[in-house]
Amino acid sequence: MSLEIYLDLFSQPCRSVYIFTKKNNIQFDHKKITLFDGSQYGEEFGKINVLRKLPAIKYGDFCLAESVAIMMYLAEKFHTPDHWYPADLQKRARVNEYLSWQHSSIRIHGSRILWFNLLIPKAMGVEVPKEKIDNAVEDFDGSLKLFEMKFLQDKPFIVGDQISLADLVAVVEIMQPVGAGMDVFENRPKLKAWKDRVREEIGAELFDEAHQALLSLQEDVKTMDPKKMDPLKPKVLKYFLS
Amino acid sequence: MAGRQALKVYLDLMSQPCRAVLIFLKDNKIPHTVEHIAIRKGQQKTPEFTKLNPMQKVPVLEDNGFVLTESDAILKYLATTYNVPDHWYPKLPEKRARVDEYTAWHHANTRLHAATVFWLEVLLPLMTGQPTNPAKLEKALSDLDGTLDKLENMFLKRQPFLCSDDISLADLLAVCELMQPLGSGRDVLKNRPNLLSWRSRVQSALSDSFDEAHAIVYRLREKFTAKL
Repeated sequence: MSLEIYLDLFSQPCRSVYIFTKKNNIQFDHKKITLFDGSQYGEEFGKINVLRKLPAIKYGDFCLAESVAIMMYLAEKFHTPDHWYPADLQKRARVNEYLSWQHSSIRIHGSRILWFNLLIPKAMGVEVPKEKIDNAVEDFDGSLKLFEMKFLQDKPFIVGDQISLADLVAVVEIMQPVGAGMDVFENRPKLKAWKDRVREEIGAELFDEAHQALLSLQEDVKTMDPKKMDPLKPKVLKYFLS
Repeated sequence: MAGRQALKVYLDLMSQPCRAVLIFLKDNKIPHTVEHIAIRKGQQKTPEFTKLNPMQKVPVLEDNGFVLTESDAILKYLATTYNVPDHWYPKLPEKRARVDEYTAWHHANTRLHAATVFWLEVLLPLMTGQPTNPAKLEKALSDLDGTLDKLENMFLKRQPFLCSDDISLADLLAVCELMQPLGSGRDVLKNRPNLLSWRSRVQSALSDSFDEAHAIVYRLREKFTAKL
């Protein structure tokens, strides 16, 4: 049965799914969607996911969206090593606890920084009020403090001694502002040490490969046709700046 | 199990996720005790509660020393630890994935938008004494409308409940959020017959536990609409 995975590695949840499947040697047909082109609005992709969001998978006839749900499903179907999503219910609950919390915190704040500091001004040519930028940075900082205090504490990984889906989802989101040139790990030695451990567990090559599109964004934006993102502009501005 | 104490949950029933947890416990007759934490009185900021949960949020579950936060993690833990009917959180991977898909999507959609309406119409005016900002409320209602469209056109398109033919954790979390704006007398499902039917189905499936948990919302509605 073929597994199709629709991804744009600019997107954090796409990176976590990409890393998870590659690390676990799960064979899949990589369907590339370029979010900035608006190709998620095409007819073809609409059949896979009505909400037109990435990542999305099609496994046989079964379609699924939401990176967290996708990875939990693939972990089960492909019998990945237990540490990713432990069978022990209390350890599993710890993974779920992080995956739940992060939606309304790190994910939102990290996303905003990339859009406010890079994409909206440089790729869309729209100025972002300084107050909004400062608030986004402050919120992100607050999230990182909570992350270290509550979820990481003094453990090597979020759930304990081994990497899990929680660390994977956390690291791709925390990396997002790096795409805008922010040094997220400066003055955060504990966070940096955790990130380095996660990168090593995943495999430096895979980690770097997955983050290549994000890390070359600052350069790419310089040569990007300003009209390219026009179709997305109204939606983006309404979502982020209203 | 010898020496095992009943679960303890720390709840404020004004909180949507707290209601979901309580309804689940009652509906499935899972033995538990409830410690009420009144957010409006700042009880989440006491040293004792902060020691339990440094995030100072509710709900919190305590199971014989195991402390867990985040309602969807709590509900999934309860559904898999206790012998509850399969429909809540099905074992079959394809069915379970649908519930996981909804509970992930829920945070930035149903929860965010319904809570923002309630925040602007009830909580913020209560806290500041200022009237609701009409432009912000209009945007919040428009965002919620978008979410309701998606609930109808995607999740409920071909089935009576959000993830399948039967009620699941998804419906429980969603309904508690969509009940919240009722506190100001606003029924956000008013002009949507499909969603109204869905809510009736969910209420029927939950019977007494639903109304008991939502009594606080009904009381708030009475107080709020009496003032107008």
